[in-house]
Amino acid sequence: MTLDAATPTLPRTGTVRLAAESVSLAYDDRVVVRDLDLQLTDGSFTAIVGPNGCGKSTLLRALGRLLRPVSGQVLLDGRAIARTPTREVARVLGLLPQTPVAPEGLTVGDLVARGRHPHQSWLRQWSRDDEAAVAEALTWTDMADLANRPVDELSGGQRQRAWISMALAQGTDLLLLDEPTTYLDLSHQIDVLELVARLHAERGRTVVVVLHDLNLAARYAQRLVAMDDGALVTSGTPEEVLTERLLADVFDLEARIVPDPVTGTPMVVPVRRLR
Amino acid sequence: MTATAERVRQPGETVVRIGPVSGRVRWRQVAVPLGAAVAVVLLSAVSLGRGDYPIGLADVLRSLVGLGEETQEFIVLGLRAPRIAVGALVGVALGVAGALFQTFARNPLASPDVLGITQGASAGAVAAIVLGGTASGLGVPLAALLGALVTGLLLLLLAWRAGIDGYRLVLVGIALWAVAAALVDWLLTRAEIHDAASAYVWITGSLNARSWREAVPLLVALAVLLPVALACSRVLGVVQFGDDTARGLGVRLVSTQALVVLVAVGLTAAAVAAAGPIAYVALVVPQVAVRLTGGPRPPLLASGLLGAVLVVGADLLTRTVLPQALPVGVLTAAVGAPYLLWLLVRGRRRSTL
Repeated sequence: MTLDAATPTLPRTGTVRLAAESVSLAYDDRVVVRDLDLQLTDGSFTAIVGPNGCGKSTLLRALGRLLRPVSGQVLLDGRAIARTPTREVARVLGLLPQTPVAPEGLTVGDLVARGRHPHQSWLRQWSRDDEAAVAEALTWTDMADLANRPVDELSGGQRQRAWISMALAQGTDLLLLDEPTTYLDLSHQIDVLELVARLHAERGRTVVVVLHDLNLAARYAQRLVAMDDGALVTSGTPEEVLTERLLADVFDLEARIVPDPVTGTPMVVPVRRLR
Repeated sequence: MTATAERVRQPGETVVRIGPVSGRVRWRQVAVPLGAAVAVVLLSAVSLGRGDYPIGLADVLRSLVGLGEETQEFIVLGLRAPRIAVGALVGVALGVAGALFQTFARNPLASPDVLGITQGASAGAVAAIVLGGTASGLGVPLAALLGALVTGLLLLLLAWRAGIDGYRLVLVGIALWAVAAALVDWLLTRAEIHDAASAYVWITGSLNARSWREAVPLLVALAVLLPVALACSRVLGVVQFGDDTARGLGVRLVSTQALVVLVAVGLTAAAVAAAGPIAYVALVVPQVAVRLTGGPRPPLLASGLLGAVLVVGADLLTRTVLPQALPVGVLTAAVGAPYLLWLLVRGRRRSTL
């Protein structure tokens, strides 16, 4: 089995893969997200945007079953994710936390190999499938030459590529990424998002990404989900979502929206902060 | 594809595939435990013949198979063999317990010495010695076992908040250590001078006068807990990535954490009950093992066997080279700590795991 076999080649558009049903999320007693509904269809590329503290990362954690809702539920392929064995979930849904930490001394090759964990058992620790998947993930993300280098010696951009490579080796249809461009300079932000976009376009991955940069979100995602204060404000194509009105309401920002001279997607030109 | 598959192989790695079984074998991770196992056997062999009453190798072998002279057989089989066995088993238990704690908490400070578990055992043992009035007998090991288990369970309960955070574990452990240390000090100040002296020997960790009575329960504990620890090994490699990544990769985090802590506490308690809190073995040995094998975390088997090397070797030195028969715990601390310092100064690695 190669990665291709595990990857849906034809996106069955319209099928809901992951859904939040009136989900409320809280840390201890502090409610962060209230009664939120969201559906993510197969083969889609969605970016969740919103101001700091609006609950977008919290929502992503719940979608990836890292946080159990206080009410409502998350459905993966129509099944309650909380009642699905975590190993089964890990074969369908991969996630990359914000600024993940690799143990010191771990090589890139070993990091990517860990992505095979949900496919392995105590006896079957390194099958041909595992080896092939890891080799292909390394090649595909252009990390093969760095396979024997410790992760902690890599630059920020290379490190993020290594983690994405691990998520690729995991071979899941769905991929959730929490601010994968944090701490990266602009060219590496582009590099990482290009890689994610290729995962979506060439590998048919269903991608959900939390992003801060609205212009990059509009450029790479097909669908934007705007959140404010723990609620979903609006969702749709970047053109539908990124309006001057929304920027004022959600981000307290006076801004002009102009077409991106390169891609034609909406581009935010800030004027000043409101209030 | 084959060309790229070759590139995945790390240097010094062999891939093993027999039917449904597959795995990666790296020579350093095989060579280090093998070398340590050979060293334990050699040190034990030397140790059997050395002491206040030296016995030649031929006589040692004769005694081992029951053909020796009566006195020699008593010394070899009745005195030295159980002592060495207890030393080796204690080393294995402490080495593995330290490796489990350090990997799990992602913190090289997390060892049963620092987390208060051995101190809890000391409190139990000293209480039995001072309050019970008797310095020997089954009472002290049992009290030590109880002290370690109670401290370990307290650690698990107090550090638990929908799972265990490594930092929280270390902080709670240090607090428990302080409480247990205060308890020991208080008991010692109240103790009769004779009791205080024997309590002091106990809390340094010693193999003096250890018999099969200590070795057998320890062997049973290891036979149960060691396979569980080794079975956790694969999952631990993923747990080390942090909670979110581990759960993303399909690890049942809460049950894994609870299991690992319980196994590590059990191993520590069994070791401490047999020989007292032999210092720094659990702290230092896993760090030595990870530097010898390479790789991102302390290997369990190598840590255990190197622990045995350290304890058996230290015991041999205290009985032969040093002028006065010191408790073995003094030497493990005196040898182990500077060796770790040397590794830290020499290596490029930071102190973190």
